[in-house]
Amino acid sequence: MSSAAHSSHKTSPELLLQLAGITKKFGPLIANDAIDLKVHKGEIVALLGENGAGKTTLMNILFGHYVADEGTVTVTNRDGNLEQLEPGAPQAALDAGIGMVHQHFTLAENLSGLDNIVLGTEPIFRLRRDRTAARAKLADLMSGSGLNVDLDQPVHKLTVGEKQRVEILKALYRDARLLVLDEPTAVLTPQEADSLFVILRQLAATGLSVIIIAHKLAEVLAVSHRIAVLRGGKKVGEMQTSDADHRSIAELMVGREVPVSRRTERVPGAPVLRLSDVTIDRGDARRSLHGVNLTACEGEILGIAGVSGNGQAALAQLLAGLDKPDSGIVEIFEAIVTKFDAHKFAQNGIARIPEDRHHDGMVGSMSVAENIAIEDVRSKDYQKFGFLDFAAIRKRAEQAIKDYDVRCPGPGAPARLLSGGNIQKLILARVLEKSPKLILANQPSRGLDVGAQSEVHRRLLEARQNGAAVILISEDLDELLTISDQIVVIHAGHVSKAIPTDAIDRSELGLMMAGQTKTYTQQAQTSNTIRQGETP
Amino acid sequence: MEIIDILLAASFWEAAIRIATPLIFGVLGALVCERAGVLNLGIEGIFTAGAMAGWMAVWLGAGLWGGVLVAALAGGFFGLIHAILTVPLGLSQHVSGIGVTLLATSLSYFTYRTALPDVSSPPRIIPFQPLDIPILSDLPFIGQALFSQTAMTMLALVLVFVTGWVLYRTPLGLAIRAVGDNPSSVEAQGLSVYGLRIGAVVVGSAMMALGGAFLTMSAFDAFFFGMINGRGWVCIALTVFASWRPGKALIGALLFGAFDAFQVRLQTEVGAFFPSQVFLMMPYILSIIALIVVARKADYPKALLVPWFKGQR
Repeated sequence: MSSAAHSSHKTSPELLLQLAGITKKFGPLIANDAIDLKVHKGEIVALLGENGAGKTTLMNILFGHYVADEGTVTVTNRDGNLEQLEPGAPQAALDAGIGMVHQHFTLAENLSGLDNIVLGTEPIFRLRRDRTAARAKLADLMSGSGLNVDLDQPVHKLTVGEKQRVEILKALYRDARLLVLDEPTAVLTPQEADSLFVILRQLAATGLSVIIIAHKLAEVLAVSHRIAVLRGGKKVGEMQTSDADHRSIAELMVGREVPVSRRTERVPGAPVLRLSDVTIDRGDARRSLHGVNLTACEGEILGIAGVSGNGQAALAQLLAGLDKPDSGIVEIFEAIVTKFDAHKFAQNGIARIPEDRHHDGMVGSMSVAENIAIEDVRSKDYQKFGFLDFAAIRKRAEQAIKDYDVRCPGPGAPARLLSGGNIQKLILARVLEKSPKLILANQPSRGLDVGAQSEVHRRLLEARQNGAAVILISEDLDELLTISDQIVVIHAGHVSKAIPTDAIDRSELGLMMAGQTKTYTQQAQTSNTIRQGETP
Repeated sequence: MEIIDILLAASFWEAAIRIATPLIFGVLGALVCERAGVLNLGIEGIFTAGAMAGWMAVWLGAGLWGGVLVAALAGGFFGLIHAILTVPLGLSQHVSGIGVTLLATSLSYFTYRTALPDVSSPPRIIPFQPLDIPILSDLPFIGQALFSQTAMTMLALVLVFVTGWVLYRTPLGLAIRAVGDNPSSVEAQGLSVYGLRIGAVVVGSAMMALGGAFLTMSAFDAFFFGMINGRGWVCIALTVFASWRPGKALIGALLFGAFDAFQVRLQTEVGAFFPSQVFLMMPYILSIIALIVVARKADYPKALLVPWFKGQR
């Protein structure tokens, strides 16, 4: 597809946007260092870089959320003249035809899609609203671009993909000439992502310019015309997508070679976790499970694939001991669990890596050392005469910081000062140090850069090698296919049969995540029978 | 039997609507603030300030509508203090609100005492008189219950309609609801989060102050210490009961007014059979029940109590 699309793209000389010498400092941190970037009409530019490379900062400057310390943003205005954009004024960016779709959507959930789109486009002091013209224009936009969505629904009733469409329509409704998408595929299924790319290509063909911020290579290679790579706040490379090669860009982004973790063959042992017909009904699809059967064995990584909000939260809560099933049986270490208690679960060797590491994984105002010891404060090792033994806590923290390479000012530093990757290392240090038998890893590498991601994978594979069962909940297919031994798909609270990773077809998996097929049932059943034979 | 008689009397409904009037002003004001995402616990003090300022303006010769204007300005002033503390500075809305209540109440008492150092009974003004609308006021039942109220009650009823219209039928109302739901959505569309929130709190506070002014300029004819007597807090509870909707706010206020009027009559009819506190509790109990029900619904302002800062997401 990509070659055909490339040929259809005419190398249009008309310049639309020019960023020149943009520099932005946050205290001692240089988020953007003299960055230049040009975007032409009808061009899709991918802005690639690790977390913290400065992509989002740059786009926030473009959109007027931040003011650059140095440098200028110039836009060719609708009359064809170059015009410098007023810094720090989102309204100026909107007027110039720049529309931004943030990674975290800026939609008012209680309002309808239509309300969200027309918000701020009408004169504010008027006695009535007239929506006829708006509806007509949106109907045109939708039929022209394929961005179909029910605009009269309150936004909280829409799926993530639909919300994103509302965001894009919001920009197009304001006659955007440049659309900036921040990590647009992070929340989409592979199918949704593909259809988004088709839509973007169509829009580009009609003259819309697009900047896609991304850290996943494969995607931008498929959709973009040109790639710019940022690292450490500097632009380190720029090329036509047709000339780009996967490996060299990856190294350009990271600045060094990235070790790739691969799992090795291993025969799974006795079952560690078994769910039989477990149902949790909370009336809300995100928090419910329906008749779930699941087995995880020693020395294997069981991947739970699914689009977020399909019951993963319920499963994670259950396995962390924070919720109990309405019906069904949970067996852990071949004993039926009767008391669901988070503390007890942790004591019994269940390691939990929570989804929201900032919120659930640590206490920001407490020190790194305290955060590492927090699950074990009742243990005798960290007590002296009934009081906390800070020397022992500090000693363990120092060891953990060294072993897990947690970059921090010291064990006494407040944990909130750490970056996302280092917080994750801190959590790994806390839970893996105790050689757990069962590890619940919920989105363990989401939002991490490639380096930290490969570290998380290495640690999980190491735990698997040491005989732990790992439940890996993830939306990232690459991650699931790289390190899990078997994969189940979770959709609307239902969990499919386990499929050996080697027997999986990627697009089929995407369809299952979207709840569209049960092709694997047959095949999976066979594999399950074999497995049951192995582990009676 | 007495109960039925009480409920069927036009005088009962006249009293219910009269008692409800300050609450209608207050709950509409609270609703406007909260729709924009700001809880305004300054309401009790703003009621006091409105009652004091309106009454004193009339006493000094400003005329009744002049007094209403002064009361609204006083309310807007204290609303502005609360808005500046909670919106651009992002301080705790609870702390700031209670602070405003203490400040506005004390300042009102202080002003009163300074102006009138030696009076034992406060000077009286000539308050708003019951309307006498041709035909309408002569209708049976409804003429007495509704059309013989004072002009301020009519203003309150009109304000219910106006608030509802603005919130649901105008671009401004859409922006206010959006800023209380997700401020980033408003910023991304090029509108000012601070402007909308500050504006809503100032206007909402001015509406609250009218509730206080009604007490000194329509229900009574003078200002007394402690006369607000928790009406502001009732409005905060009624806002939740109303699930932030003007129409339901009117029903909630009328329900409270009816309970109060009923309680007074029941006591005079059958003696102190029920302790009056039982009836005073009812609106709160209703509000707690309503809270349990609406808290499960999605339609509350999602960004209520959440400060928002520019350039931070």
